Amino acid sequence: MTTEAAAIGLTHGGSEDTGLGHRGPESKSIVVPYGFWLFVLSDMVLFSALFATYASLAHATDGGPTSNQLFDRTLVAIETIALLLSSFVCGLAMIAAKRGNMIWTQGWLLLTGLLGFVFLSIELYEFAVMIAEGAGPQRSAFLSAFFTLVGCHGAHVTAGLLWIGTMMAQIWAKGFREDIMRRLLCLSVFWHALDIIWVAIFTIVYLIGTLP
Amino acid sequence: MFGELSWDAIPFHEPIALITGLVVMAVVAAVLAWVTIKGWWAYLWNEWITSTDHKRIGIMYIVLALVMLVRGFADAIMMRAQQAMAIGASQGYLPPEHYNQIFSAHGTIMIFFMAMPIIIGIMNFVVPLQLGVRDVAFPTMNNVSFWLTASGALLINVSLLVGEFARTGWLGYPPLSEKAFSPGVGVDYYLVALQISGVGTVLTGVNFVTTILKTRAPGMSYMRMPVFCWTSLASNLLILAAFPVLTVTLGLLMLDRYLGFHFFTNDGGGNSMLYMNLIWVWGHPEVYILVLPAFGIYSEVVSTFSGKPLFGYRSMVFATLAICIISFCVWLHHFFTMGAGADVNAVFGIASMIIAVPTGVKIYNWLFTMFGGRVRFTVPMYWAIGFMLTFVIGGLTGVLLAIPPIDFVVHNSLFLVAHFHHVIIGGVVFAVMAGYTYWFPKAFGFTLDETLGKWIFWCWFIGFHLAFMPLYVLGLWGGTRRLQHISDPSWAPWLNVALLGAAIIGIGIVLTVVQLLYSIKTRDRRRDVTGDPWDGRTLEWLTLSPPPHYNFAVLPDVHGEEAYWTRKQTAIKEDRLIDEPDYKPIEMPINTPTGVICAFFASICGFAIIWHIWWLAIVGLIGAFAVLVWYAWRDEHEHIVPVEEVRANARERRRIRMEHLHTLSQST
Repeated sequence: MTTEAAAIGLTHGGSEDTGLGHRGPESKSIVVPYGFWLFVLSDMVLFSALFATYASLAHATDGGPTSNQLFDRTLVAIETIALLLSSFVCGLAMIAAKRGNMIWTQGWLLLTGLLGFVFLSIELYEFAVMIAEGAGPQRSAFLSAFFTLVGCHGAHVTAGLLWIGTMMAQIWAKGFREDIMRRLLCLSVFWHALDIIWVAIFTIVYLIGTLP
Repeated sequence: MFGELSWDAIPFHEPIALITGLVVMAVVAAVLAWVTIKGWWAYLWNEWITSTDHKRIGIMYIVLALVMLVRGFADAIMMRAQQAMAIGASQGYLPPEHYNQIFSAHGTIMIFFMAMPIIIGIMNFVVPLQLGVRDVAFPTMNNVSFWLTASGALLINVSLLVGEFARTGWLGYPPLSEKAFSPGVGVDYYLVALQISGVGTVLTGVNFVTTILKTRAPGMSYMRMPVFCWTSLASNLLILAAFPVLTVTLGLLMLDRYLGFHFFTNDGGGNSMLYMNLIWVWGHPEVYILVLPAFGIYSEVVSTFSGKPLFGYRSMVFATLAICIISFCVWLHHFFTMGAGADVNAVFGIASMIIAVPTGVKIYNWLFTMFGGRVRFTVPMYWAIGFMLTFVIGGLTGVLLAIPPIDFVVHNSLFLVAHFHHVIIGGVVFAVMAGYTYWFPKAFGFTLDETLGKWIFWCWFIGFHLAFMPLYVLGLWGGTRRLQHISDPSWAPWLNVALLGAAIIGIGIVLTVVQLLYSIKTRDRRRDVTGDPWDGRTLEWLTLSPPPHYNFAVLPDVHGEEAYWTRKQTAIKEDRLIDEPDYKPIEMPINTPTGVICAFFASICGFAIIWHIWWLAIVGLIGAFAVLVWYAWRDEHEHIVPVEEVRANARERRRIRMEHLHTLSQST
């Protein structure tokens, strides 16, 4: 293949670097996480619609209990610590996986899942107490929006737990194969994204909701 | 055991619904029997149902959409007939509760199960070919997306025979769609079907944005992408940003209906206007999700058949992206009458008019592309010119509607109905017909019959204007939409003209089927042996028709804006092809039944939720999860196409191309 051929566009398979990295299709290790990031972004849009709903219904209490009467900052603080800690531990699991250390990867993933489980249990306890007090989601539009927003996050955490369990089994059975590592990366992106959403829930729902 | 499902769900007392349902069942049974007798199941399963090939999946989307077009059109002609009959003393042949289901089903099917699948189908077929790559970024997910869409379509059609469909219009506005006012399963069918197909659409969005941004042929920088790829990118970005909102909106309504929440109810502090806002935050971008790829199709068609590069390529790209962003800033113009106040209405009115500017830029670009070109009046070009005439009128009535005081007068009138059919049929359907004719030879290796194609165009073009121009008049006279009975006899002539128009469109649809069958029968007369039947300019015309499943033996190297045109002209001038490259074995994804099995469980789960059969819903969910784990467990994802096969095919293609280009070279 001559340079002359390249100049008049008669080349094949090589590449002309246009300065934007157009060397042809990216490898799977780029494409898969990129696609997953897009999915996470669409999930963020989903939550933003729920936040908008909550914001517009936050004062529609229909004569029922208000956020100030319902929320307990201490309980939520413990919940938050559990979830943030689980994100940190998830990072440790990723480091262990990159080093190919089976025991530590499994251990950290298990701990991630356990902390997530603690978070979820506290959330369900909070829900149960509220429902027992007659402050269930059917009571008012505000409570409908609260249970849906926080519950949707909880459902995501549940899905994450299911995913962690499946991932642990898969790593155990298949080892640190390339495709398994890609999935692990996606899992950690998902888990951290849930943290970010929780921080927004913590602020908008619980902190602002309990302002005197 | 069976929730709320009982024999009462079968509409024995509604002969029209029952007979339609039975006929549909008979047709489906006949098709299945035919496939069984012919022994085609293995072929269908291996080559189509489980295929991860973007071209096959695209074709399946289009087949699904065409079937749904027939269903949606049947609804349309029933409505037109009812309105032409039920004037004055006559009540027509459709009772109100049935008529309401028909207009709801018409809108839902035409947007979600006709327009969306057909646009996604064309994107599936064309985008990877135009980008010069072998498949989309996530081929298995692509298959899953298709089957989830099909699952939604299935549930909508099951409602014909089991239970009922929504009577609440295509967007299911509360409070009417709340349990208190719509206690039946109709709204649930609507909600569940859209939720399932919506998941498929979001996955499509992820897939195509990744494909377009991360997997392009070497050298294809952003400003070298064909305009259809740009408009597809914009459309899929809109899908990613808008469809999750639809999921939330419908999800909240489901919570209201199933668990007694108070989002949109009249009591408990609910706010039904919240639903209007949320659904149109999705709904307005949705319009552009459909019409932007349509603009892309016109761009390709006009440029090819004018024999010129697209005029103002860059302005076209910027106009597309401008529309992509502004489309999120206009949703409130769908309900100026909400009472948000003059200032808010003014802001949204102005934003709505601004969006007409980039659209106008596009129209001028197409006109200037034709200007000075050697225009070939082929069938796709007919559609493109028909579109420009029709769409401009639809756009102008849209600008009228964007003025809040005018909107207050014609809100929810037949004027509005005429407007949005003008832009959706004139914009999207005409584009789809142009694209269908334009890319058909690429998909099947022979062109469609030209004469019948022109007949189809004239049927649609004349029929369309006859069907909808009268509605503008009636709308200005105060005719509201969705009327089951007309009390003013002086409307009769206009409604009869509209019915005539719909009938002429019907002839066009019948002729489309005739054209397809006739073209298959006489395909040997119109074989596309060169792979480039229209003297094209983009990379899909570089490969053979139909392309090998891996599209390109070697990914084409892109130089300049019109990748294929430049290469073709150089080859003609030099009278030789580029040097034969070093062929390598090709890695392609293997087929997978994941999509169809997932959709099977999704359909079961959806049906169970509609009828409150909770144990079955749980079985469906567990099944779907098990399929995913099973899929994740497999060890082989790709198969290798041996280099000998690649080389043999590529050499054959080079021989054909050389012959073709040599002829061209001699004639110039």
